[in-house]
Amino acid sequence: MPREDVKKLLRTKFMPHIWCPGCGHGIIMHAILRALADLKIPQDQICISSGIGCSSRMPGYIDACTLHTAHGRSLAFATGVKMANPGLTIVNVMGDGDGTAIGGNHFIHACRRNIGITAVVMNNNIYGMTGGQASPTTPEGAFASTAPYGAVDPTFDICKLAEGAGATFVARATVAQPAMCEQILKKAILHQKKGFAVVEIVSFCHTQFGRKNKRSRPMDNFNFLKDNSVMKAKADTMTAEELKGKIIIGEFVNIEDAREYTERYDEVIARAQKA
Amino acid sequence: MAKKFDIDIFSKWCKGCGLCIAICPKKVLELSEQVKSVPVRPDDCIGCHQCDNVCPDMAITVKERD
Amino acid sequence: MAQVEFWQGNKAIAMGAVAAGCRFFGGYPITPSTEIMEVMSEELPRLGGKFVQMEDEIGGIAATIGASIAGLKSMTGSSGPGISLKQELLGYAYIAEIPIVVADVQRGGPSTGLPTKVSQADVMQAKWGTHGDHGTIAYAPSSIQECYEITVKAFNMAERFRQPVLVMADEIIGHMREKIVIPEPGTYEIVDRKKPTVCPEEFIPYKADDDDIPPMAAFGDGYRWHVTGLTSNDWGFPTNEADEIDKKANRIIRKVDRFRDDIVEFKEESMDDAEVVVVSYGSVSRSALRAIRELRLEGVKVGHFRPITLWPFPDKEIAELSKRVKHIIVPELNAGQMVNEVERAVAGRCEVHRKNLINGELYKPDHIMSFIKEVA
Repeated sequence: MPREDVKKLLRTKFMPHIWCPGCGHGIIMHAILRALADLKIPQDQICISSGIGCSSRMPGYIDACTLHTAHGRSLAFATGVKMANPGLTIVNVMGDGDGTAIGGNHFIHACRRNIGITAVVMNNNIYGMTGGQASPTTPEGAFASTAPYGAVDPTFDICKLAEGAGATFVARATVAQPAMCEQILKKAILHQKKGFAVVEIVSFCHTQFGRKNKRSRPMDNFNFLKDNSVMKAKADTMTAEELKGKIIIGEFVNIEDAREYTERYDEVIARAQKA
Repeated sequence: MAKKFDIDIFSKWCKGCGLCIAICPKKVLELSEQVKSVPVRPDDCIGCHQCDNVCPDMAITVKERD
Repeated sequence: MAQVEFWQGNKAIAMGAVAAGCRFFGGYPITPSTEIMEVMSEELPRLGGKFVQMEDEIGGIAATIGASIAGLKSMTGSSGPGISLKQELLGYAYIAEIPIVVADVQRGGPSTGLPTKVSQADVMQAKWGTHGDHGTIAYAPSSIQECYEITVKAFNMAERFRQPVLVMADEIIGHMREKIVIPEPGTYEIVDRKKPTVCPEEFIPYKADDDDIPPMAAFGDGYRWHVTGLTSNDWGFPTNEADEIDKKANRIIRKVDRFRDDIVEFKEESMDDAEVVVVSYGSVSRSALRAIRELRLEGVKVGHFRPITLWPFPDKEIAELSKRVKHIIVPELNAGQMVNEVERAVAGRCEVHRKNLINGELYKPDHIMSFIKEVA
């Protein structure tokens, strides 16, 4: 059992959860709950939204206002929730396929609007729930059930995508740094007052991805992520060649004076009412 | 005297993935025959919480011993 | 003094929504319904409401559902292709029981089809467009006055039954301008969704009252609950238990079916001694009425039956009138959609004549007159 303030945020009757033994997604849920507990956000004012997939089963386990939407659409639902009730703290969790393939359009536009939502992309490089098909983050050459000869599609860099689309907080960690995940998530949740925060957490799926790519045990993946993570400050001193295959972790964007969408919409209301 | 810690593992939630065992810098934990993590050397625990934080199943609590 | 305006149908739909208490609109531009969102973008912020132009049609309905979950009366609007795109999330709103109103200003299809031309192409996609079964409530206004009043009613029904309700105008009705007398606030009914009467600890989010409709809490007002598109039990959590699935799957059909008589609306004209009846809706009914009135002057015993609710379809009423008349003519701006429901209701008791136009034009009164003369 986790510590009391974290346990309070769990619908314990549904535990143990659906995820495979050792699944990185559990590490992420744990970090999100520690962050929410530390920030002491009133439980009734927390909304956890998700799309469809392994990642998106998370809201069911969290005792808050939870919204399990349709595949790829979580951020669009969450946009409506936030506009209707800007006081809610929304943590929107999604997978790499969910968030950047079928939901890619909603993702970039939520970034552009800079709406006060914390989007956590749980990137395990695969469609896990449907049986291991290639996703937009499956590395080139890696094997998947729909890439039996190795993935041919180039991958998305989710953080660069978010930055380019206008997110005002962008950071990355891997599940091999659980404490760092928690710290980044806390900042990203607080950033909701300033706008859209994207946290990519590189997770793993040993069951569907690992099995086909010589990393079939949880620990193989955990060590892979640990060994290949490079802090941004160090990465800044490295060459592109040296960074090949590495995962750069840290904070990439943090615009302190960004203006959040629902706040800016309040100004629209003021203008309309004055007219 | 160095602080002592108690590691409580809720075996109903533990799926025996072994992440906590691998991450522990003091080798406090081992896998039981029932494929559950158990603290076998609790006195060696330094309270770093790495096992707790990494547990995907939220089965571990580390508390300072009274 | 009554406020009299000269409005476009799309504007009347938007203003009716606002009058019904709509405070959120999420949408995406599409001809011929775009004016609804343009008016909403102007009117909603004046009232402290919110408007968002989303990145696509799916985003439009998603944000609308989200805003409704957070407590606002919410609306989206579109036309054929956009409605096709929204179908998955229409299904979401049916299964998760989220009240929303969807305006569908119909145009020719399939696909991009005829963006600026009239059609009644969506009658069947309104009922069967999303996969799975559910009760359906869909209205077809035929005047600007009705655009306003029906949209108010659509919100009332959405809030009462906790599900999507469609306002199915067509390109002619959406873009036509005519006189409208704005009803005085207070002279018409406004329905708000049932709120839970129990404390959060005792709240079972999908436990229905005797009317098969569960009260609905809003995110943020103290009740913590789970919303999902998965088939769920009374607690709102996914289930694979046959008895729980059975209960939920049937309830979202039954809650509409059992109140069918409260919902079904239609309008008859010159039916007392009619031997020939034209059954038409939306813009076609305007031509039909003109044709019928002219032929009545010539002594032809012809009447008109206009379904105002396309769904639930007024099948009992059609069945009744089929016992009294010889011919039913069903002119539609599609290849024959509602006529299938008419034939089902008539069950061979009289002749049903299918008349269909899919060239983007409107049936003119002359056309309808000739159809009537063929059989009268």
